[in-house]
Amino acid sequence: MAKILRRERLVPNVHLIEVEAPRVAKKCQPGQFVILMPDEYGERIPLTIADWDPEKGSVTSVILVVGTSTHKLSLLQEGEEVPVYVGPLGKPSEIKKFGTVLCVGGCFGIGAVYPVARALKEAGNKVISLMDVKANYLLYWEDKFREVSDEFYVSARDSYYNCKEFVPHTVKNLIKKRKIDRVFSIGCTYLIYTCAEATRSKGIKTMVSLNPIMVDGTGMCGACRVTVDGKTKFACVDGPDFDGHLVDWQELFSRRKFYFNDEIQSLNYWEKKEFS
Amino acid sequence: MSENKKELSPELKERLKAEYNQEWRQKLRTSLKAKERMKISRVQMPERDSEERNKDFEEVNLGLDEEMARREARRCLDCAKPQCVKGCPVGIDIPTFIKLIETGDFVKSVRKIKETNTLPAICGRVCPQEEQCEVVCNLNKATGSPIAIGYLERFVSDYEREKGEIFVPQTSPSTGFKVAVIGAGPAGLTVAGELVKKGHQVTVFEALHHEGGVLVYGIPEFRLPKKTLEAEVDYLRKLGVEFKNNFVVGMTATLDDFKKEGYDAFFVGSGAGLPRFMNIPGENLVGIYSANEYLTRVNLMRAYEFPKYDTPVILGQRVAVIGGGNVAMDSVRTAQRLGAEWAGIVYRRSRKEMPAREEEIHHAEEEGIEFHLLTNPLRYMKDENGQVKSMECIRMKLGEPDSSGRRRPVPIEGSEFTLKVDMVVVAIGQSPNPLIPSTTPELEVGKWGNIEVDWNTMAASMEGVYAGGDIIRGGATVILAMGDARTAASEIDKYLKTKKRKKT
Repeated sequence: MAKILRRERLVPNVHLIEVEAPRVAKKCQPGQFVILMPDEYGERIPLTIADWDPEKGSVTSVILVVGTSTHKLSLLQEGEEVPVYVGPLGKPSEIKKFGTVLCVGGCFGIGAVYPVARALKEAGNKVISLMDVKANYLLYWEDKFREVSDEFYVSARDSYYNCKEFVPHTVKNLIKKRKIDRVFSIGCTYLIYTCAEATRSKGIKTMVSLNPIMVDGTGMCGACRVTVDGKTKFACVDGPDFDGHLVDWQELFSRRKFYFNDEIQSLNYWEKKEFS
Repeated sequence: MSENKKELSPELKERLKAEYNQEWRQKLRTSLKAKERMKISRVQMPERDSEERNKDFEEVNLGLDEEMARREARRCLDCAKPQCVKGCPVGIDIPTFIKLIETGDFVKSVRKIKETNTLPAICGRVCPQEEQCEVVCNLNKATGSPIAIGYLERFVSDYEREKGEIFVPQTSPSTGFKVAVIGAGPAGLTVAGELVKKGHQVTVFEALHHEGGVLVYGIPEFRLPKKTLEAEVDYLRKLGVEFKNNFVVGMTATLDDFKKEGYDAFFVGSGAGLPRFMNIPGENLVGIYSANEYLTRVNLMRAYEFPKYDTPVILGQRVAVIGGGNVAMDSVRTAQRLGAEWAGIVYRRSRKEMPAREEEIHHAEEEGIEFHLLTNPLRYMKDENGQVKSMECIRMKLGEPDSSGRRRPVPIEGSEFTLKVDMVVVAIGQSPNPLIPSTTPELEVGKWGNIEVDWNTMAASMEGVYAGGDIIRGGATVILAMGDARTAASEIDKYLKTKKRKKT
């Protein structure tokens, strides 16, 4: 059981959830994740840690509402409890002084890449942050990012930011202008894939935080296996960060989308039950 | 299994003898001639009809009734030198509990078992008695059909639970020592029960959201109902064991953190992680599960009740399960119950070499599972959605015995053929869970990632740390894990006593 300290909508369909988890808060490092279940019927969902406060004993994640379990999470109120909250899981991101680093986030990954950017800044890097959104009203945490970034960019496909670019173009433009030593990318699979593709020709090492489907999240079930450099890896214990140039993306895409129909069926069932 | 049949300890020998010489036992023994006892035929386990049971998850075996149990108990010759106890990894006083059944005192019988085994309802269901206690039964040598020890063990523990007469023994006065048990699987539950009875304060840390380990995520409902497991866990709670679920030792806290928090001793029973694969082309296609994932989705996450539960599972119509162990049988019978038109086993050796229990193989055959024996997969082919659509296999023949003593399977050249499948479950074993070894550098680890222990004491290379079950064995059975756990518990108790001496 873990108590919800805060749950708020950051932007449409994206929610912040802060949970009382003192043990987890004491241990977590950038790039790690937690697994939680919204109720006893729910799925075990992995969520990258977006922030934590060891003194308060709280851990924050950002969720994108997609299937039944994330819908349920988005309805939880302060003071309610989730039956399962476990972590921190996975290997932390590699943080050290690389020189100039580029942190790319999109959607829930904006929250998730924040502690990575912060730690990289603390390690003495020049940090460039690039957030990808469809439209300006989908951006959040800009002020938090500006605090830990030397430069801050947004790629958006609306007129507000005066740019109609998707992330790979912006990344290509950025790496054309200067030497970037390392790229970190968190977000939907397509975003991190295009990010890795954008840096491939220049050979800039690009770490992507993979989000395959998981079940137990502790190395027991093998649901999250991905092929990296021709070898099978388990994202939950070997990752979630991997070298994006070595990931078998097509396999990951097909494994990720496989339960779409089940998700729709599950959501219909739950909505009918919950709202009728 | 030779390592199980160790000589009995002098203390156990003494106890068995004292029971054997009790007046009621002597009377009972002479009340019926051995010849008459041997005339009674072995009881048949009542089971549900195969055509009915292969469509749902209700338990297959129905259990004995009182009449059947007492009749079966009468068959036991009450030997002066019982071999059965030697075959039991936890050293249950088998003759006494059976003779108590013969007298009709079922409650006293189960209490006898619980002196040495905290989880009889589980062992009575999932232990391979046919290669442990029953195989060495003197009646087996004499008549070819041993006492049904497993059925009787199950009978008395179910009797106690169903009659609501669960007895919670007095624990020893508190010693003030704190023990952390890592993993609430068969090994962890056993250690916890033993040590709490000795007056130690025991906390069990479990990574998943239910206690039981493989008993809850692996073994299906039709073999071990969850309510049976829950009752056993509840019993431990009543004894005073504290459970902390959703706690991944190694990540949420390390053994070092626990030391600082005042824990005096540790038992690591973190089990098997990392399912093994064959590393053949196409093995990561959609529709190919490890047995762990498939069974976890269905059992722990209850995908068989989807969409009431949110976790889905592929409902394969043509399902091949790779492997010949109990986990393979559980997987293939699960697929059948989830509506597969065709569900089959693909195993590279012959039926004789299958590691699964005879009862499980037999049940699977009855339920219409097809066996492709002496067959090995070579690669998997996908359809336009990236899902597996067929597998190429090759026929095998048996060659010379390998290191395991079983004849090595050799491919027959040119015998390749294709099986049409839309789901595959790979059930060829797993490696020990890496989380504790990788976060506890002081622990010595073997080449398979297993924690190294002294097999006589179960002590690991770090002071005060003991280990047992799949984390030291790789992939074994519930009862071997429980046997390790019993040894470890008694050694931990000894260790704590010496610690006390040091303290004072």
